[in-house]
Amino acid sequence: MEYLSLFVKSIFVDNMIFAYFLGMCSYLAVSKNVKTANGLGIAVILVLLITLPINYLLNTYVLAPGALSWLGPKFAEVDLSFLSFILFIAVIAGIVQVVEMVVEKFLPSLYSSLGIFLPLIAVNCAILGGSLFMQQKEFVNCGEATVYALGSGIGWYLAIVALAAIREKLSYSNVPAPLKGLGITFFTVGLMGIAFMAFMGIQL
Amino acid sequence: MDAKLKETILNPIFKGNPISVLVLGICSSLAVTVELKGACVMALSVIIVTGLSSLVCSLIRKTIPNRVRIVIQLTVVAMMVILVDQVLKAFAYGIDKQLSVYIGLIITNCIVMGRIEAFALGNKPIPSLLDGLMNGVGYGMILVIVGFFRELLGSGTLFGFPVLKAIGYTNNGLVILPPMALIFLGCIIWVQRSIQKDLQEK
Repeated sequence: MEYLSLFVKSIFVDNMIFAYFLGMCSYLAVSKNVKTANGLGIAVILVLLITLPINYLLNTYVLAPGALSWLGPKFAEVDLSFLSFILFIAVIAGIVQVVEMVVEKFLPSLYSSLGIFLPLIAVNCAILGGSLFMQQKEFVNCGEATVYALGSGIGWYLAIVALAAIREKLSYSNVPAPLKGLGITFFTVGLMGIAFMAFMGIQL
Repeated sequence: MDAKLKETILNPIFKGNPISVLVLGICSSLAVTVELKGACVMALSVIIVTGLSSLVCSLIRKTIPNRVRIVIQLTVVAMMVILVDQVLKAFAYGIDKQLSVYIGLIITNCIVMGRIEAFALGNKPIPSLLDGLMNGVGYGMILVIVGFFRELLGSGTLFGFPVLKAIGYTNNGLVILPPMALIFLGCIIWVQRSIQKDLQEK
């Protein structure tokens, strides 16, 4: 039950885009049509789902204060948490590279549809942000971290596909010249964010 | 050379502003603009990180193998961010807690990587340092503008001092909510593109 609650909460209430603005750069750049948005969204879910549990284990057994105590009592007081940024980003960059190679080898059709997006994901704030939020939220086990990863990935996917659909329609409407393209997109995302705030406080 | 240097310095402020023109680094910028103080600290951190990491990457640009350059750049940037984060933790713990994950997210801020890729890898250290710093300033400027209006209209204060209370202003709670940052940014783009017609999209 807690898993379900966490899942729904991470999709709607703590939505990566509308509540925390994570992954905004690629969100705005790649949402011009639904097909590419779809590809990027799936890639984000995939990479979040792999990197977040790994970073969780890394955090619990290596980085957190006292996490190294399994090495012996001498290490019980070691606190490596200042290294977390560099290790998390290294894990993410490495995993993205591995995922890219695996997908290219075994799922060539998926690879050609994801195209350039996979390598770009290494610098997507949503991925690193997921890991940093995981560290802050102090999940009790790896399952919670995985559910959180899946939920926030799906939330991101929903947001980008929704925006892409709106932008496809928007190209037919008569927007004031200075607002064309980027400006009106910002307003759209803002309004979508306000709509998403209606989910705030949902409890399951 | 002088004209080129001047362009390096002035371009990121208005004509090639990283946020409103290039749309880089929106991710970590909007959540920290509820208060002016947070926006200023964030702006300062980004200026330091972009400047220093451009400088370092430019210094080692001839030794970086092309294939692994992204990883090396990320390492340099992560190192700078850790430095900034540790300094903030030591001297301004409250603000560090308030900015929470967004300091760490400077690593994946597209401005930093973008400037290294586009400028620092092909230029000498000093222009790279300037380019990094000025892009940080261009970014920080937008952050401070949005932070100024959001704090002023949302809580009626500036840096925590009550400003609008005296004239009987009622706080507008909507401005505090995260999505309003996007709307303010949309307005800034609107104003800028009305002035500079060549930036308008067809």
